[in-house]
Amino acid sequence: MAIWFARSRNIVSSLRHNLNLSGILSKRDYSPRPAFTNSQLSSRSVFLDSITSLRHESTAVEKQHDLVQQSDEEDVQELDFPGGKLGYTSEMKFIPESSPKRVPCYRVLDEDGRIISDSDFIPVSEQLAVRMYEQMATLQVMDHIFYEAQRQGRISFFITTVGEEAVNIASAAALSPDDVVLPQYREPGVLLWRGFTLQEFANQCFGNKADHGKGRQMPVHYGSNRYNYFTVSSPIATQLPQAAGVGYSLKMEKKNACAVTFIGDGGTSEGDFHAGLNFAAVMEAPVVFICRNNGWAISTHISEQFRSDGIVVKGQAYGIRSIRVDGNDALAVYSAVRSAREMAVTEQRPVLIEAMTYRVGHHSTSDDSTKYRAADEIQYWKMSRNPVNRFKKWVEDNGWWSEEDESKLRSNARKQLLQAIQASEKWDKPPLTELFSDVYDVKTKNLEEQELGLRELVEKQPQDYPPGFHI
Amino acid sequence: MWGILRRSAVDGGGGFSASSLRRTRFALVSARSYAAGSKEMTVRDALNSAIDEEMSADPKVFVMGEEVGQYQGAYKITKGLLEKYGPERVYDTPITEAGFTGIGVGAAYAGLKPVVEFMTFNFSMQAIDHIINSAAKSNYMSAGQINVPIVFRGPNGAAAGVGAQHSQCYAAWYASVPGLKVLAPYSAEDARGLLKAAIRDPDPVVFLENELLYGESFPISEEALDSSFCLPIGKAKIEREGKDVTITTFSKMVGFVLKAAEKLAEEGISAEVINLRSIRPLDRATINASVRKTSRLVTVEEGFPQHGVCAEICASVVEESFSYLDAPVERIAGADVPMPYAANLERLALPQVEDIVRAAKRACYRSK
Repeated sequence: MAIWFARSRNIVSSLRHNLNLSGILSKRDYSPRPAFTNSQLSSRSVFLDSITSLRHESTAVEKQHDLVQQSDEEDVQELDFPGGKLGYTSEMKFIPESSPKRVPCYRVLDEDGRIISDSDFIPVSEQLAVRMYEQMATLQVMDHIFYEAQRQGRISFFITTVGEEAVNIASAAALSPDDVVLPQYREPGVLLWRGFTLQEFANQCFGNKADHGKGRQMPVHYGSNRYNYFTVSSPIATQLPQAAGVGYSLKMEKKNACAVTFIGDGGTSEGDFHAGLNFAAVMEAPVVFICRNNGWAISTHISEQFRSDGIVVKGQAYGIRSIRVDGNDALAVYSAVRSAREMAVTEQRPVLIEAMTYRVGHHSTSDDSTKYRAADEIQYWKMSRNPVNRFKKWVEDNGWWSEEDESKLRSNARKQLLQAIQASEKWDKPPLTELFSDVYDVKTKNLEEQELGLRELVEKQPQDYPPGFHI
Repeated sequence: MWGILRRSAVDGGGGFSASSLRRTRFALVSARSYAAGSKEMTVRDALNSAIDEEMSADPKVFVMGEEVGQYQGAYKITKGLLEKYGPERVYDTPITEAGFTGIGVGAAYAGLKPVVEFMTFNFSMQAIDHIINSAAKSNYMSAGQINVPIVFRGPNGAAAGVGAQHSQCYAAWYASVPGLKVLAPYSAEDARGLLKAAIRDPDPVVFLENELLYGESFPISEEALDSSFCLPIGKAKIEREGKDVTITTFSKMVGFVLKAAEKLAEEGISAEVINLRSIRPLDRATINASVRKTSRLVTVEEGFPQHGVCAEICASVVEESFSYLDAPVERIAGADVPMPYAANLERLALPQVEDIVRAAKRACYRSK
């Protein structure tokens, strides 16, 4: 790494001196950035790629660079095109549509919760590990109880996270609270980790007057300004270019934080996936893109979604550093996200993580996935590839968790949730004043008139409105 | 796969009670028995049979959208089509509205007849450039050389408790664009006749359905059940004749207006109810003829008030039948706010039967 720094600095200073480009060069911050750590580029190409990122580039300028560097170089024939120099070949060869081997998946714990020998990973303290496990288990209880509440007709809709607890909690644990999260809709665990209470989740699902969202949104469309978690939005993948924008804004403000955004395997088919990743790369924005590849997009299996080797291979197409990780391995997810976050912030670049996992639950309470996939496939993943059990084994083997702790945690969580739901259900819905507020920053005149008109109408014709209607 | 489907049907699909409106709204689970050839038909069956018959008659017609094939359609409108016509004519797309809309338009350019489904027209926003700039304007821009026989269909407007990004009515947006035809069925007969007409039409058609109407049953005539049945595009239907006030509306609101007309009849006001059926081209002739008969107009829609369909109708009537009017024209529309989720707020944001009754009475100078 140090060698690259020294070389690029020398090149820059010699150029500044020889070619009087100081005006252009000084606009860019050439602080050491090891741009290509695992490729075999020559120092000249590293430099040239830096220069090509400038807008006012011409081939004439490059020829001059050529003169400066010739002594360093081997004898390589190169072609000169916008975008930089490239070698050429007279052999007509197509890049194959897929590699002979799929990109391997980074994992640390085996299926029995034991650390694979010689694993690279960031150690996790007892306190952190226990907290991670507790939150994963709480998320499981939360999913179960809210799902049942929907089935009982107490809430109208719900989306569970079953099978993806490790992706949710381990990634949240690896981030700093200042990192801005733009979720898709299957990441309530991140909000849970950051401090959103079970009561607050229940309030949002019931849309009552205590809901931070003022009853404006469907269940599971949580958001929190306080915890830097953007409100869930229904159209798919719109959060990706938004994340690039957030990252750019953090970069401009020089904050020690990055944008973190989640997407599913299905969402990567959207045009916004291309725009989001491409722009984050060009703007050199600190964004961590986490793709939860859980195999299913409602009933569409990944084999019908794309023909590439998953999502990880797409990163390089955008010039984005990427990794494929076992999304059901909490330690691997923690290490990968933590490292990605550091790279994003210190190097001011986007990073892509593909977390391989499985959607054990239905897409939502409006879906019955047994209609399009085998029940034993679901059972297999639920029982034998369960991320919560796997992490539990590791935590227990370390002597940090016992069966007693387990039953206490689960019964407490269950009790709290049932109480939260009972309370939420009883509380009033938001009053009429919240119908017209927040459309704009300041209510416009026509809205004030509408509100007044409606208020008068409800008072004048109470028989047309349900009893106990709240104004 | 089919075995599992039938098993779930027998099990009743996981504890749903058919009586609850909210549950039937999301009743993707339990397979119902669709009786063909009976004198009543649900809107869902009407749409399904229309697509089926048109696909059978013309090999160029194909269906495309998210979950339309193996899942049988997010709202089961395309149920059974994959099994009957195969995956080349019932195409499950990856998640990209912009992508598959573009692909559909391209297929139409080349001579096929796609029926593109949006899971809800709210998601068509991610594809609206293709609808407007690739489909609507092509025939004109190419001087008639490139026509686009495509149908864009899906649920439009408010359902129940689905919040702002699933509840907007897009009738006014699409109906403002020359080059598009915009249809909004109400009953099963409307659904069948208008969808068949849309599929046969050489121009791009935006077909606005309504999620809450899918499960509703309507009486249907033998004529409407015939496979050559077709309704004309651009003609409104007078659902109920009257002589005191004209009330125009479309889609789900037709049901509300008919209920309001019942209540008005009890008070001695005879309302003429017009079901627009076609938003573009708008049947100005029928509307104006009705207003010239009754002298009063109330227009109703679910969408946002500003620049809505009602605004256009009021303008048309004021321009063409001003001297026949005995009272100011009135619009009843949704509240000027993104749709809230909380049930009480949602109810306040949409027109209710009482609002329509009051407006009609005001027009008749009979309000309190």
